[in-house]
Amino acid sequence: MIPQSWYLLLSAALFSLGVIGFLIKRNLITVFMSIELMLNGVNLSFVTFAHQWHLVKGQIFVFFVMVVAAAEAAVGLAIIIAIFRTRGTLAVDRIDLMKL
Amino acid sequence: MNGHLYLWLIPALPFAGFLLNGIFGAKLPRALVTAIALLAPLGSFVLVVNAAATIYLYVSRCSLCGPPNYGWSILPLIENYGSWINAGFLHIGFSFVLDQLSMVMLLIVTGVGFLIHIYSVGYMSDERGYWRYFAYLNLFLFFMTVLVLAGNALVMFVGWEGVGLASYLLIGFWFQKTSAADAGKKAFVVNRIGDFGFLIGMFLLLSTFGSLTFTEIGATLAANPDMQGGVVTAIALCLLLGATGKSAQLPLYVWLPDAMEGPTPVSALIHAATMVTAGVYMIARTHTIYDRSPFALLIVAIVGAATAFFAATIALVQTDIKRVLAYSTVSQLGYMFLACGVAAYSAGIFHLMTHAYFKALLFLAAGSVIHGLGGEQDLRKMGGLRKHMPVTFWTMTVAVVAIAGIPPLAGFFSKDAILYAAYQQGTTGKIFWFIGWITAGMTAFYMFRLWYLAFLGDSRAETHAEGDSALVHARSDTKLTLEADHHHTPHESPWSMLGPLVILAVLSVIGGWIGAGRFGAFLAPAVGAKTAEAASNSLELILTALAVLIAVIGWFIAHRLYGDNHGEEPLAAASFPYKVLSHKYWVDEIYNALIVKPILALSRFVLEMIVDFAILGGIAWLLAGSASFGGALLQRWQSGNLRSYAAWLAAGAAALLLFALVPWTTVLANIGIHLNTAGH
Amino acid sequence: MHLVLFIVFAGLCLAGAINLLLQSHPINSALSLVVVMSSLAVLYLLLGAEFLAAAQVIVYAGAIMVLFTFVVMLLNAGREERTLGSRAAKAVGFPAVVAVLSVIATVILKAQGLTPIVLDDNITSTADLSKVLFHELLLPFEVTSVLILIAILGAVALARPAGDERRERTGGVK
Repeated sequence: MIPQSWYLLLSAALFSLGVIGFLIKRNLITVFMSIELMLNGVNLSFVTFAHQWHLVKGQIFVFFVMVVAAAEAAVGLAIIIAIFRTRGTLAVDRIDLMKL
Repeated sequence: MNGHLYLWLIPALPFAGFLLNGIFGAKLPRALVTAIALLAPLGSFVLVVNAAATIYLYVSRCSLCGPPNYGWSILPLIENYGSWINAGFLHIGFSFVLDQLSMVMLLIVTGVGFLIHIYSVGYMSDERGYWRYFAYLNLFLFFMTVLVLAGNALVMFVGWEGVGLASYLLIGFWFQKTSAADAGKKAFVVNRIGDFGFLIGMFLLLSTFGSLTFTEIGATLAANPDMQGGVVTAIALCLLLGATGKSAQLPLYVWLPDAMEGPTPVSALIHAATMVTAGVYMIARTHTIYDRSPFALLIVAIVGAATAFFAATIALVQTDIKRVLAYSTVSQLGYMFLACGVAAYSAGIFHLMTHAYFKALLFLAAGSVIHGLGGEQDLRKMGGLRKHMPVTFWTMTVAVVAIAGIPPLAGFFSKDAILYAAYQQGTTGKIFWFIGWITAGMTAFYMFRLWYLAFLGDSRAETHAEGDSALVHARSDTKLTLEADHHHTPHESPWSMLGPLVILAVLSVIGGWIGAGRFGAFLAPAVGAKTAEAASNSLELILTALAVLIAVIGWFIAHRLYGDNHGEEPLAAASFPYKVLSHKYWVDEIYNALIVKPILALSRFVLEMIVDFAILGGIAWLLAGSASFGGALLQRWQSGNLRSYAAWLAAGAAALLLFALVPWTTVLANIGIHLNTAGH
Repeated sequence: MHLVLFIVFAGLCLAGAINLLLQSHPINSALSLVVVMSSLAVLYLLLGAEFLAAAQVIVYAGAIMVLFTFVVMLLNAGREERTLGSRAAKAVGFPAVVAVLSVIATVILKAQGLTPIVLDDNITSTADLSKVLFHELLLPFEVTSVLILIAILGAVALARPAGDERRERTGGVK
């Protein structure tokens, strides 16, 4: 018997760690990985609630999140490759062409 | 009593003329423009005559224009055309009133106006702005008829302002000439000062009587016989201020001499016969108020007498033919004010009528002279025109004799009536009589001086022709282009110009024969009768003889000084008084220095420094500054730094979450702040 | 038993996540993330979502993370260098994260209607999943497939070498 709040707390922790990673990491790929971490944390939360309410729709939501995350990962990595080609660096702070 | 004489048609016809000529005039053929322009005043005149016939002769031939057999018992005839202002206790409608007073004025306005329209056809025949001139002239006639027919002070004010506007437009008709444009502005501004008085008077009328309708005011005054002095004096004085502005009395007369920059028919119509008489008409119309305030009447008389004397002195030495006539107009208007000041309103109106005849005639004849000489207006360069322009000469002679007050022409009867009425007014009256008497002498003098210098003797035009011909033509008021022909033989004017001269001359002769007594009796229902003191016939005869005597003396002095007419100015011998008079007492310069310049300087300071620089500049600086400051502030967010963007994203998300999930009311309540929301 | 499993795999999750943050080489971070994904799969199983657990392993750990690793290798990303930091990130970001975490934690801990999780036979079968997926949510399913198609096309187009390089590679023939 595990209290549901533990799962939810774990989910919140994973999400926060993802945000922290997004903020402090300097490599573009690692930043992207932190985003994936955030998504996973949210997935866990969905599955927990699906279990509580005995709803299948919660799991289907997770399914769709996974699909979209996959597509997003593909496109995002393609973009990272394109950026690397043009800028020659993967450091987040060096990619600042939008600076005024 | 609501009548069906369709009084509204009387102003409507000139207004239609104005619209047609104003909008289409430039493209219409000249003949059509003339036809429209002449039909309007003619139509109005016919309507007025028809109204008079309907009322006085029990006759109506025009089935459209009201039922026959009206009879004069129906006067005053009031026609209401609906309500204008309906606010609380304030009910002002469009009402026209026809009574003996407005009947007389209308006949003068439309009749003399029509004659001057005919004259203008000949005078302005060379003008490119022909259609514009007639459009403005019709507009003037519209407003003047509205003023005369007005049944309440507000409608009269509409006409009042409107004639001021038309006057501005017509004085500045040759707007490319700076002096003309300036003169137009001066006329309008000085009139405005008077209008301020009129407005204050209207406000006081409203607050005291609750109504602006003349009949209602008269009724209220009649019902309260102890309403004297105080507010009534204030009202009378405010209205007087308006009248001095419009009728060119002291101290607001300065615009009238400058108004001579306009075409001569304009001077004849507006600044001699009709517009400037609006002040006198207004005082006569509101006579019930003035009757209750002896103090105001005294002021009116003082203003009138002083102006008459003052202007006559200036006219003694003027060299421009139109300026002489302008100051003469101011002086004669002073007479009319004097008449009103001694409560002899009908005498004032009588003089208004005869003055319209001979002053219009004088101006039109002067215009004929100017036209014949190709633009010359300086008396020193005229002379000997008797041979070249006989019709003009004889009609002008009639006018000069009439204005001098020599019987049996019109001016004699009206001037005599005024002087007699003034004499009867106690000691102050006798002083006024004396001033008026001396002024009559001066009037005769300067008019005959003009007559001698312009028409008699040898022509002095050639002697100055060589050197000054270019100047002469550039000063002309008829054309702005120089005339090629230097040696301009004076010629008589066309019959379109001479016809009205002859008609006015006839009127100047017979116009006074109705007699002051019968005229006064006719107007009595409208303006009240002056209770005549028990005067013996002999007193009247003596005063009349004295008046004629001083006129003849004036002529005689003029004959001695100018009869042999070499164009010198013998008066210049008395050099200091001559200088003062020929500079018109430096009144314009004084006004300029005391009033115009300080106001200009003040408004420049306020507008440039305060409004333009400080306020507008400040606002612009604030707006621009805040935009640029805000921009500089917000610019630091666009660093291009992904991590900083992410951080702010996270902060925003945190803020939203906090706002949504934290129960703020309980939190704040725990701190101690109790919000007045429904959530508790 | 349940408790032990949970503690072990939840711990692995957290450890992997923290390790992702602490490592300086991206490949190490990628491998930690694989660990996180796999532990999550076990946790899904504990929650009775068997299909999702399998999908998690196959899709996330097996495809996405492999993709990440490919890219890391392809681009030869090295250790992270010291670059200019971002003051905003530290000054604003961390308090924000802390705030978010604390708010969510408070809400979770104060929440009333939470039932404890037990390990029983209440497992969502794939059949139940597919019933909903292919009946009610057929349209989103199809749309998602179109989405993936677009993503493929996009990825191919973006990752293509630019014009000159392309001609180089194919020896003049485009």
